[in-house]
Amino acid sequence: MDLRIDRRSVERCRDLAGAIVAPVEAFIAAHSTVSVERAVLRLLGVDGITPQEVPLPNAILDAVPPHERARGVALPFAKALAETGLEPAALGTEIALGRCALEEYASTPEAAARGALARFVDRALGRIAARRDERAAWLADFPQLPPPLLYVIVASGNIYEDRVAAVAAAQAGAQVIAVIRSTGQSLLDFVPFGPTTEGFGGTYATQANFAIMRAALDEASEKLGRYVMLTNYASGLCMPEIAVMAAFERLDMLLNDSMYGILFRDINMKRTFVDQHFSRMLNAYAGIIINTGEDNYLTTADAVEQAPAVLASQFINEEFAHRAGLPDDQIGLGDAYEIDPDREDGFLYQVAQAQLAREIFPDAPLKYMPPTKHMTGDIFKGHLIDAMFNLTSVMTGQNIHLCGMPTEAIHTPFLGDRALSLENARYIMSTARHFGDEIALRPGGIIERRAHDVLASCEALLERVAAMGLMAAIEAALFADVSRAPEGGRGFDGVFERAANYWNPFEERRLGPGRPG
Amino acid sequence: MTKLVGPFGDTRDDGKVQLSFTLPVDWSEAADEAARQLAGKMGFRDVQVVEGRPIASGFSFFVIYATSAQAVDVDGIVAPSAGAHAMSMEQIDALVHERVGRKIRVAGACIGTDAHTVGIDAILNMKGYKGDYGLERYHEFETHNLGSQVAVEELVRFTKERRIDALLASQAVTQKGSDIRNFTALSELLEAENVRDNVVLICGGPRVTNLLAGELGYDAGFGRGTLPSQVAAFIAVTLAERLRQGRPHW
Repeated sequence: MDLRIDRRSVERCRDLAGAIVAPVEAFIAAHSTVSVERAVLRLLGVDGITPQEVPLPNAILDAVPPHERARGVALPFAKALAETGLEPAALGTEIALGRCALEEYASTPEAAARGALARFVDRALGRIAARRDERAAWLADFPQLPPPLLYVIVASGNIYEDRVAAVAAAQAGAQVIAVIRSTGQSLLDFVPFGPTTEGFGGTYATQANFAIMRAALDEASEKLGRYVMLTNYASGLCMPEIAVMAAFERLDMLLNDSMYGILFRDINMKRTFVDQHFSRMLNAYAGIIINTGEDNYLTTADAVEQAPAVLASQFINEEFAHRAGLPDDQIGLGDAYEIDPDREDGFLYQVAQAQLAREIFPDAPLKYMPPTKHMTGDIFKGHLIDAMFNLTSVMTGQNIHLCGMPTEAIHTPFLGDRALSLENARYIMSTARHFGDEIALRPGGIIERRAHDVLASCEALLERVAAMGLMAAIEAALFADVSRAPEGGRGFDGVFERAANYWNPFEERRLGPGRPG
Repeated sequence: MTKLVGPFGDTRDDGKVQLSFTLPVDWSEAADEAARQLAGKMGFRDVQVVEGRPIASGFSFFVIYATSAQAVDVDGIVAPSAGAHAMSMEQIDALVHERVGRKIRVAGACIGTDAHTVGIDAILNMKGYKGDYGLERYHEFETHNLGSQVAVEELVRFTKERRIDALLASQAVTQKGSDIRNFTALSELLEAENVRDNVVLICGGPRVTNLLAGELGYDAGFGRGTLPSQVAAFIAVTLAERLRQGRPHW
């Protein structure tokens, strides 16, 4: 299949995305956030909670005198390390319990502090690199089935129940397991601690839960002879911290969008831009594939009208990702099958959009989301719509395929629902495996014309955004019909300007793919 | 007059139903028989396990056809629909103009931690749903869509500040009864703040029914497939009627 798209227009869109992102990157470089600083502490090995159940990274950051914060948490923490000779974990506990005050060490020479911290920075990078090597070894020894990788969610609220469901799904053909987070976690300005058994609409993302699920999937991978991937959500107010936890526990993918939290969770845009950059830098180093959230444009507004916005967001996400050091093969740009099933030729429009992304982002592991908006309680019709979604995915060469559930809109999936869904996907993708290679699209036909229209409209939208600036464009509701103010939304109080001598030892090491240390 | 009806397969009163479920056992002939006996214990007769197979180690899936001897009297059942007043946007605007005499102030939100705004957006946003315009488009409604994850306290504070006439609470996540808990918290807080009678209180979501809404102390409940004009008509008619009866309002 070839849509014969205007390659000059594609280049123009990329240039526009570069022009849109550049001023935001300048803002990012001049700022940090509480979550970035807490991520630095987690990287250094600080974990655990106080007797009042405050996570130690939060407790320590709260203990940094306000005038010191602008220089980053690393320096005062390193000074205390140098003076006390403690390990970061032990020092973290002392500070959190009030038995040690960071300001006591204000006069410690910076060189001594940097020297004391260096080995813990190396240790963190080594720990992440080891997870990355482990993944490579797993994939070599236990290769995955060909894409689209079948991806299902588990969401019982109880990590131990999720584990049973995940292993069952893997046996039924799932290649990627996502543990949906408890609704509302994106708005918490801390990461919960320890294994959890209570959640609503999902299970809390904690490092202990990550480890429990990873161990269960490793065992299943070995039995099945193919590596089963694990994914979670680096979105909301704690993107950088979740990225650290995921890197430590060998998650393979993370939901990680540059604008999703702003538009759909009313998280402050400045907070999100700074947080997404640091989290993506970590993801790049950890070899974690990011998944972006363009599907949300389609669920909250008309899918046919929003197609250019989806493509525009893909260009912007790609640009932000590149600037954080992510290579194309770690950028899972999103799209979804959300056109009204009553619309004549809707399937043709879906094929046009999916194929358009395939041709514009040839090396990206595209993530394709299933129908949700038009799913009703009619599980039989839903199963049919999912089949058409499955066909679109395999014929346009999508990579990460989130399986649709016949019971979407009824309940979080039952174990049997997942099995039916996976059976549907396996059948369609087997029976039509090479269909896309066998057909040519009619020049000037509906699919080709639609793709050309979407690309042209996307270019026009990016022109408008570039002229206004991204933050102003978001305020003017150019994306998803949602308006957000640059200083509005949740988490703005956690954004601060960096002092001239700000220090982040991990940023200094220029984390990026294949650039350890 | 009673009118007893039971499931219809291909002839009246044959009682045919289809069932499917998962059992936490490895598949075997005995698992099929277990599924058959289980359906029998559910009260079904002529149970046929037409499909039984493993779906994972320790789990099997079954499809069953069976016969039910049960029947109900449909004429004796009352389930009032909140969407009974079929009116166009123009008719509703005219009714408000004439009988309320001012704009109706409407606020809606996904309450608690729920972030699924598809339903409330379909009702409130200008664009609406299935070609039926949302409440923002109505001339005689002043509409506030507060979005997702709005705390019940915040919604009540907003209601008092803006003297909201009609309050729409939406819940899509139903796990472990979180929807019921949130809906209840809202109606209780409105009561506690002494403003419950000032608002037309409406709940919505894919699993909401008008019957459930009544049990929770709401004036109406709207489920899947609801059109914005059905909600608008209910608000307009209910408020107009309250004003005519001289009942409390802002």
